[in-house]
Amino acid sequence: MDPLLGLLKKNARESDEILAKELATTPEDIRARIASYEKEGIIRAFQAVVNEDRLDSTGVRAVIELRIRPEREGGFDRIATRISKFPQVETMFLMSGAYDLLLFVKGQSLQEVANFVSARLAPLDGVLSTATHFMLKTYKDQGVLMESEAHDDRLQVCP
Amino acid sequence: MTTDSKSARNFVAPHVRSLPKSGIRDFFDIVAGRKDVISLGIGEPDFQTPWHIRERAIESIELGATRYTSNLGSPELRKALASYMSQSFQTDYDWASEILVTVGVSEAFDLAIRALISPGDEVLYHEPCFVAYAPLIRMAHGVPVAVETFRKDEFRLTIEELEKKVTPKTRALLINFPNNPTGATLKQADTEALADFAIRHDLVLISDEVYSELTYEGGRYSMTSIPRLRDRLIFLNGFSKAWSMTGFRLGYACGPASLIDAMMKIHQYGMMCASSTSQIAGVEALKHGDADIAEMRDSYHLRRNFIVASLNEMGLDCFMPRGAFYVFPSIQSTGLSSKDFALRLLNDYSVACVPGSAFGDCGQGFLRCAYATSMEQLKEAMDRMATFVKKF
Repeated sequence: MDPLLGLLKKNARESDEILAKELATTPEDIRARIASYEKEGIIRAFQAVVNEDRLDSTGVRAVIELRIRPEREGGFDRIATRISKFPQVETMFLMSGAYDLLLFVKGQSLQEVANFVSARLAPLDGVLSTATHFMLKTYKDQGVLMESEAHDDRLQVCP
Repeated sequence: MTTDSKSARNFVAPHVRSLPKSGIRDFFDIVAGRKDVISLGIGEPDFQTPWHIRERAIESIELGATRYTSNLGSPELRKALASYMSQSFQTDYDWASEILVTVGVSEAFDLAIRALISPGDEVLYHEPCFVAYAPLIRMAHGVPVAVETFRKDEFRLTIEELEKKVTPKTRALLINFPNNPTGATLKQADTEALADFAIRHDLVLISDEVYSELTYEGGRYSMTSIPRLRDRLIFLNGFSKAWSMTGFRLGYACGPASLIDAMMKIHQYGMMCASSTSQIAGVEALKHGDADIAEMRDSYHLRRNFIVASLNEMGLDCFMPRGAFYVFPSIQSTGLSSKDFALRLLNDYSVACVPGSAFGDCGQGFLRCAYATSMEQLKEAMDRMATFVKKF
């Protein structure tokens, strides 16, 4: 993987000038590479990792396992794409194993998520079963620990 | 509160009394307690010890593995070291007789010196260098003989300078590449020339290669790569830098059995063995820690690029070092001494760097900046430093 992508994944807000110094190139080259990744659809978005547990009234989040019936033409893709378009679905993967789709869903309340599952997902033609697990606390998200380890307690000057 | 007074009897031995206080210690006292400081003065990785290593240490304590180990170090660790050395350095050290596990590389160096020299023997070492070498030689009643290295050679040690200082009393040559504080590394031709020099003058060569895993753009040449040196080489390495395990205090020495045995004798009376928990953590690092090294090395590499570019951009000449996590820019263009530069930078801009002169006289005119700190801190430090340097 291009080290530029690694740096952006760690900190998407880094300036082109700093990135250029780290990668021993020019800011123009950095801008061109990022533009090209966006055009190719390799970079899809620049987002912040937020510890929602620290916010007031954060709503609720749930993981939903879905078993679906593959179709003769197109397998899982048609129904999966359809499900992924619900705005409540934040993240979604096709999985191997006991179920087919894993959904990360967000709602204002437990009731709202429950309604989404019972009224929107379960009745869909092709959905065989659902299992909903509500999230209680986030420890780590996208490689980022929600509680930092002990701050830098190294001696300020040492040999 | 000290209760000493001038009239009190001084019980301290003269050779200890006369040891100078480390220049780094001086600087630490000035910085200590200030909260606003961004420190580029820390000779220690900023990464946490990889979790699997810490987790293994915790588990070992839960299982009760908290006893003395063999004086040489646990067989498991020495076997893992022999295998690591063979894979990484293509050596054939025998785990049972040619490897000694120590409490950090500093202890390994101390043992080597005490095992080798008699009072009055001379030991060659190069400056600028890690602050502990000369004092440890002195405490073993040896005579430390500094050999200068220069910016024009990118701080590599030259035979020309060594020949000026070698005498019939010289017993050993100590080298440290990749180097703290300069980041200098050796080239293959240097390792060959140093080997020839040691053989020509019948010296033991002690090579402290604790930064060997942190080299960039092929900067790694080890003294272990020279077979004709094997019977007079003591290779020192440790876990602190490669796996960010400084507080575990774990190092090791590899060398001919007769020398390792002599070092072990001193170690068994003075230290018994390295911490059993640390040794178990060390095995975990060696067996499952390759990816950790790669990740940290890649990160240091990018930060080095950034800091060297920033320093040169602000007008401080800085060569591109290929090892460790230090850069050693010249501050001569400002007309200040190393210490004045460092003090003013600290007092006026709250950035701590160590004056080059703390690492030997020939470090005068230079500054050690450690880039083992986060990019956020490095960026801010470089901005502040650039503002400071503009005044000159």
